[in-house]
Amino acid sequence: MVRVDHGRLQEHPIIEFKRGREVTIYFNGQPVKAYEGETVAAALYAAGVRVFSRSFRWHRPRGFFCAIGKCSACMMEVDGIPNVRTCKVYVRDGMQVRTQSGLPDAERDVFSILDNVIDKVFPHGSHYTKFTTSKKAREFMLRQMRKFTGFGNPPRAVFQGEAELEEIETDVLVVGGGPGGMSAAINAGKYGARVLLVDENPFLGGQLVKQTHRFFGSAKERAGTRGIKIGQILEEELNSIENVEVRKETRVFGIYSGEAGAYQRIDDYRGKLLRIRAKKIVVATGAYERTLIFENNDLPGVYGAGGVQTLMNVYGIKPGNLGLIVGSGNVGLILTYQLMQAGVNVAAIVEAMPRIGGYFVHAAKVRRLGVPIYVRHTILKATGKKSVEGAVIAQLDDRWQPIPGTERKIDCDFICVAVGLSPTHELLYQAGCEMKFVPELGGLVPLRTRFNETSIKGIYVAGDVAGIEEATAAIMEGRIAGIHAAVTLGYGGEEAKKELEEAVKEIEEFRAGPFGERIICGLEKCTLESEVML
Amino acid sequence: MSLGYLERGYLEKDELPPFPSEERLKKRAVAYIECPQPIPCSPCFESCPADAIEMKNINDPPKVDYEKCTGCMKCIRVCPGLAIFMLRLRDDGVGEVTLQYEFLPWLKKGDRVKLYNRKGEEIGEGVVNWVLPPERNDNTSLVRVEVPAELIFEVRAVKPVR
Repeated sequence: MVRVDHGRLQEHPIIEFKRGREVTIYFNGQPVKAYEGETVAAALYAAGVRVFSRSFRWHRPRGFFCAIGKCSACMMEVDGIPNVRTCKVYVRDGMQVRTQSGLPDAERDVFSILDNVIDKVFPHGSHYTKFTTSKKAREFMLRQMRKFTGFGNPPRAVFQGEAELEEIETDVLVVGGGPGGMSAAINAGKYGARVLLVDENPFLGGQLVKQTHRFFGSAKERAGTRGIKIGQILEEELNSIENVEVRKETRVFGIYSGEAGAYQRIDDYRGKLLRIRAKKIVVATGAYERTLIFENNDLPGVYGAGGVQTLMNVYGIKPGNLGLIVGSGNVGLILTYQLMQAGVNVAAIVEAMPRIGGYFVHAAKVRRLGVPIYVRHTILKATGKKSVEGAVIAQLDDRWQPIPGTERKIDCDFICVAVGLSPTHELLYQAGCEMKFVPELGGLVPLRTRFNETSIKGIYVAGDVAGIEEATAAIMEGRIAGIHAAVTLGYGGEEAKKELEEAVKEIEEFRAGPFGERIICGLEKCTLESEVML
Repeated sequence: MSLGYLERGYLEKDELPPFPSEERLKKRAVAYIECPQPIPCSPCFESCPADAIEMKNINDPPKVDYEKCTGCMKCIRVCPGLAIFMLRLRDDGVGEVTLQYEFLPWLKKGDRVKLYNRKGEEIGEGVVNWVLPPERNDNTSLVRVEVPAELIFEVRAVKPVR
């Protein structure tokens, strides 16, 4: 068994957890032990907190979900600032954290009774029609409703920090420091282009930081090497190129005809506004997790698969004792194996399709350890009051309907939803790139040339934001986008052009198998210069 | 093409790759690769110094030429799918299966282990008679287990006896 202390894994077959200094944060006034380097959400989870917030109308309990700042289930008031995503804020000694909905707090909320009665007294949409007799009454009630729904209270004090503006000129701006972004920066930088890479996290690697398994692909793409290590290798390569600048904790909030606006955090009290003039912009913002519709899918204990990986593999926190995995794609299968490595049991994997979605070898390695895989099954509901206590699954018929009588209760204390990802496309959409909904690629994606340039000249995409695939493909796409950006700026000469052709050929070979069919089919629908139908 | 293994998560007898001959299994250990599905992956092919693994392209499932395989274990060290097993029949009638192992506690020579088949059913007990420690292979330990000869095509997982 794996040793656990205060909710934290003390050992792991693959990862060595380096925890910082022990600090104390205060959660609704109560001291909670934490370690520097942990996020507030992770530290609270380790301390056994499961209810992070309450839903706006019904005051249903909401808990941890995505862990990477994409959902809003973990929003709390941190040091007086409301609506802070606690999964993105790192603990500091003495930090005051409060849940912002519920009376007296989210855990013990007396308004949770509303879950049963609110539709009778306050039907959906009635906040637009009620309390409209006078402006005063309306304003008063709006304030009350705001408090009631848990939007938090705006800080009373005026912002005292300093706001600096910095103007930057560069050849290539890369947004996102995951495998796709790092690869783009390396490949544009190595031919001499000045590159600025920004990432919202205090670390590079994107989601590679939680990929403890060895990667597939060929030796050239570092197959057989663990994802965490691939992240480190790419970062070292990036740092070795002089003309590449990296800025962490920097968020790009908009792209306006060749210029990008960004906010760089310097410390808790200071930040900088960046105006970045870039000749080329590579958007590599990744993806976020999808959820699934079933009864009680908002119950604390229903987590995104990636969220659990972050909790367990980045912060070394045990997510629970017995999990149920929904979805048998590679993420679900790999997560199952990783849970077992952390000493967590997995009750079952359920898959709605008639066959396993991920690689057979990933399925085989958990199957032989005794984890049942139920294909043509789905989850009907999660059970439990304030957190997951079990689940009900059922078999599906040919028309995807649950077959009555096949319901089966599964004991588990958490459920991982691993039903796929959607591209984080907002920045591209805002920039005005032509977008298209392509189910094969996971959702709304930009039209692009075979060199990954979007309909706006000079804006490129790489990685999951261009279509959900995997890290190896993201690295290959980043290479294509990076080299093409450099070449069109006049860097690299013939050598770069040759490498570009090679890179395009390699990714075509990579996608030539049955797992690439879906991607190719998706790409056909959104490739520019080949008669794209919108 | 029957893809029953994708409904079950394990291979049935008729889906297994061809068995090496008994003569070959007795000579020295041989790599047996249970990787039937075309996926873009080729480290085993690239690591083989004996040119014993055939793969037409990166998506082609590997095929082992058992006569060329020297049992050097380069492929089992790198396989990301944990799909390679080294099999051997010893002269004394004992079988040996070497597999990749990534769990705590790490296994040591002499440890007794429970044996599991592809479906996760317990099928007996065995003894570890050699390990490649995790620190020497990027935390994937290799574990060689003594098993009854007739089980070398069955044993695919081990767990320590508590």
